[in-house]
Amino acid sequence: MERRAHYRNRVLPWLLIAPQLILVLVFFYWPTSQALYWAFTLEQAWGGGNEWVGFDNFMGVFGDGRYWSTVGRSAVYAAAATGISMGIALVLALFVDRGLKGTKIFQSVFIWPYALAAPVVGVAFRFIFSPQAGMIGSLNRIWPGIWDPATNGLHALIMVIISHAWLSIGYNFVFFLAALQMIPRSIAEAGAMDGARPARRMLDLQLPLIAPTTFFLLIMNIISTFTDSFGLIDTMTEGGPIGSTEVMVYKIYYDGFKSLDYSGAAAQSIVLMLIVITLTFVQFKWVERRIHYT
Amino acid sequence: MKRNWLLSTLTASMLALTASSSLAAPVKFEFWYGLSGDLSERIQDMCKAFNASQQDYEIVCVSQETYENNLQNTIAAFRAKKQPAVTQISDGGTLDLMLSGAYLPVRELMEKNGYQIDWNNYFSGIASYYSSPKGELLSMPFNSSTAMIYYNTDALKAVGFEGLPKTWSEVEKVARDMKAKGYDCPVAFDPTGVWQWFEQFSAIHNQPIATKGNGYEGLDAEVTFNKTKFVDQLTWIKKMYDEGLFVNKSKAVGETANDAFVNGKCQITSSSIADHGTFGKQAIKDMHWEVAMLPMLDGFPRTNSLVGGASLWTLRGKSEEEYKGVAAFFNFLAQPDQAEWWSTVTGYIPVTNTGFQAMKAKGFYDNAPYKGRELAIESLTATPPTEYTRGVRLGNFNAIRKEIGDAMQAVLFNDKPVQQALDDAAARSNEILRRFEKTYKGASLN
Repeated sequence: MERRAHYRNRVLPWLLIAPQLILVLVFFYWPTSQALYWAFTLEQAWGGGNEWVGFDNFMGVFGDGRYWSTVGRSAVYAAAATGISMGIALVLALFVDRGLKGTKIFQSVFIWPYALAAPVVGVAFRFIFSPQAGMIGSLNRIWPGIWDPATNGLHALIMVIISHAWLSIGYNFVFFLAALQMIPRSIAEAGAMDGARPARRMLDLQLPLIAPTTFFLLIMNIISTFTDSFGLIDTMTEGGPIGSTEVMVYKIYYDGFKSLDYSGAAAQSIVLMLIVITLTFVQFKWVERRIHYT
Repeated sequence: MKRNWLLSTLTASMLALTASSSLAAPVKFEFWYGLSGDLSERIQDMCKAFNASQQDYEIVCVSQETYENNLQNTIAAFRAKKQPAVTQISDGGTLDLMLSGAYLPVRELMEKNGYQIDWNNYFSGIASYYSSPKGELLSMPFNSSTAMIYYNTDALKAVGFEGLPKTWSEVEKVARDMKAKGYDCPVAFDPTGVWQWFEQFSAIHNQPIATKGNGYEGLDAEVTFNKTKFVDQLTWIKKMYDEGLFVNKSKAVGETANDAFVNGKCQITSSSIADHGTFGKQAIKDMHWEVAMLPMLDGFPRTNSLVGGASLWTLRGKSEEEYKGVAAFFNFLAQPDQAEWWSTVTGYIPVTNTGFQAMKAKGFYDNAPYKGRELAIESLTATPPTEYTRGVRLGNFNAIRKEIGDAMQAVLFNDKPVQQALDDAAARSNEILRRFEKTYKGASLN
């Protein structure tokens, strides 16, 4: 027996998907096609005219040493922010799952940061990490000059990465906790009866069983570091000092809107889009295969 | 009772509606600007005054918060054919707009609508910044300023310095004395302040920023700031920074140079004359300070400084009726009493000779809180504009400013050798210029 539903009416299915289709066309395919066109032309800022230049913009982008350093920086940022955020979220979720005292309160408290907009967090953390006025800055009173994100690029990058990780812990926590609670109690109990202590049960039972969720979060987190880092960086460092927190998405913004180089920014957008698509594809194609779903 | 009240308001508003519609409705047009806070409120006052002064036109003034936002939003609106009739564009975005053909030259606009304006009355340094190379004024000079230096005179007194330092070597001396007296921060230095520390320095010492008369004579200009006196000046700034005489104050460290100055933490700062009014309001109690022209290097004669701030551009694609309104608005701005009011409440300089002379004659500059503002005019008109002091006409100039700002920071924070930092910045700036030239291939400055 055929299990797929069939519509007799040929128009109705289109009508049903139309709202979503229109949204995707207007807010994704149309701008993307525009960016694609600009990436192959030299576009005047005020729209006075443009000229076809083939792959010149891409050659320019790839030939620019500073572009490659933003690519490298984005990779470090993605790995560090994802690692820190998922690691902490997992530990928190494991503890909450064990039903310690106050679990109900922690469940809500850990989720809250996710409800905050990135620029708000950026402003708050800029103050917390401020070298002269902030809480972390009070370290400077003990060891002068030990913390200075305003002039030290490495400090600035660490500051932004920590803020990004903090911001996404809530999201990761919710998913980890949900996954942990989906594991049937009987499995853990069986393990306990065979003499496995909590740490052993976590390593051999819980972690393998939540692997699909971990994999999903990995994708979401990495994509988010490529695309959502803008709000934080713009409010905290504006890419500085000396471009040391300039990740790919921030460079696109800066080149396009501040430097009015629309074509160079369009070419970079296309490259970033391809990277995100490839990453997602690779992860689904290769990583997912090795995960055993229950 | 309530019903009666409702009814009466309804009838009243109906009456008001019929009354206003019986008159010809005024022609509305929009003006977007990039100022916020106190300055934005003054612009709103100005718009109200214009609307109250006549019945034919109604200006709607919209703040876009910053020059950069205003530029971005105006471009986006222009591309979507929803642009305002008038927009305020700062110095850095001037050339892009000039080449776009997206504007009506102000001279043409005013002549067409029958207003006689004596364009020669505008200070030549201001007119030359916003004119085509042939000398035709393209946009309406509006809020003009220039860079100055501000001294805490209490601190100068404490180190026994008479008067105000006039050269950088005197600044170095007082800074060193202040440090010895226990002042933590003699000079506040904002490494992103490319405008005052680099552009204006180059202008008053008549140093080129780029070939072809700073870009006025062609899009094929190349930057030359890595071969001028600025190399020595940055070397000197680095020395001062390492000795703790110049202290890094910017948004990134949580306190701007100007805030540090008005709070009495730093004793010297360099900033726009437009901040003169703000400093007067914000300076802590009992703090004494004075403004002066930017110091010189020893042995250099002073040339005029560059005009900063922004001008008003009339955008294409609006109706004749709206342009009549714009012309009426510009004419309103050019009236002496209006110009004087604007200069008084903001600190921006009067833009015409007669405006300045009238204020001077009235004794406006004789006493606090306005005393010292006349020095900005003196700085702007120190000499007639030279090849390198009439302005900077480089494509995507905001991007070039960032290269220079990054170079200054790399020198100060990462100990990059000065010459190498400026050579790298110049190479990157020239790439920006070549790309700009290619984008506007065939476009001419004339």
